[in-house]
Amino acid sequence: MTVAQLAEQFNLKLLAGEQGTNCEFTGCYVGDLLSWVMGRAKSGDIWLTVMGNINAIAVASLADIACIVLTENAALDDDAKAKADTLGIPIYITEESSFHTAMKIGQLL
Amino acid sequence: MNAIHLFYEVSGDDFARAGEASGDVKQKLKSLGYDKTAIRNAAIAMYEGEINMVIHAGGGVIDVDIYPEKIEIKMEDKGPGIPDLDMAMQEGFSTAPPQIHDLGFGAGMGLPNIKKYTDKMHIDTELGVGTTVYMTVNANK
Ligand SMILES: Nc1ncnc2c1ncn2[C@@H]1O[C@H](COP(=O)(O)OP(=O)(O)OP(=O)(O)O)[C@@H](O)[C@H]1O
Ligand SMILES: [Mg+2]
Repeated sequence: MTVAQLAEQFNLKLLAGEQGTNCEFTGCYVGDLLSWVMGRAKSGDIWLTVMGNINAIAVASLADIACIVLTENAALDDDAKAKADTLGIPIYITEESSFHTAMKIGQLL
Repeated sequence: MNAIHLFYEVSGDDFARAGEASGDVKQKLKSLGYDKTAIRNAAIAMYEGEINMVIHAGGGVIDVDIYPEKIEIKMEDKGPGIPDLDMAMQEGFSTAPPQIHDLGFGAGMGLPNIKKYTDKMHIDTELGVGTTVYMTVNANK
């Protein structure tokens, strides 16, 4: 299933990185500490976080994350948005919690 | 085949630009046709080193040598040095100040991640002089 299909099904709002939305995802990781994510997330994971800064975009790109979902309406910084657009890392936002979003993604995997 | 040599300078206070060097290496390795896992491992390990240079050492310089069978990365700074290397290598050990935590760093996972994602890692450090981190990632082309 592609990131774009997931977003449509769950009503996630796209904030940046549209060029990357056709990529397939294979798993999910939840966390806000960046080195923890780099150590534990797998390539192809959807990453649920409240960390919307430019470093999060760099991490997502280097770790081959499929997309970032900012949960509980966490903010995306302007420079982070610009970098996500440049790198083609899809960033979505939802008002739901990481827990609820992860549960729903889990049912698809 | 001769090695491809790359050189980067990392500035000491610029979190926004940290990751440009590792991102560039990732692009180059991709276009050279290295395997995905090796590229990811090298990119993450190098980024952890870049961030450590910015947070803990006021910046530094990076030399990357790309061989057909391995990627060698040398990251050198003139920061404060690491007093207790064994402790610094432990998961969860961090001296990062609170404002660094707000950015998502300071979990004490960077050096352990470098170890995890590299095939060889070595640190030379001297208090008041600086730190050099050497890493090798084996690769297939
Ligand atoms: N280049 C360096 N110069 C001086 N001290 C360093 C350097 N790199 C690491 N350290 C010391 O080693 C500790 C552990 O580093 P490590 O990268 O594992 O964690 P961190 O940078 O504190 O947090 P994280 O990497 O999870 O964001 C640091 O908190 C710091 O005290
Ligand atoms: Mg670190």
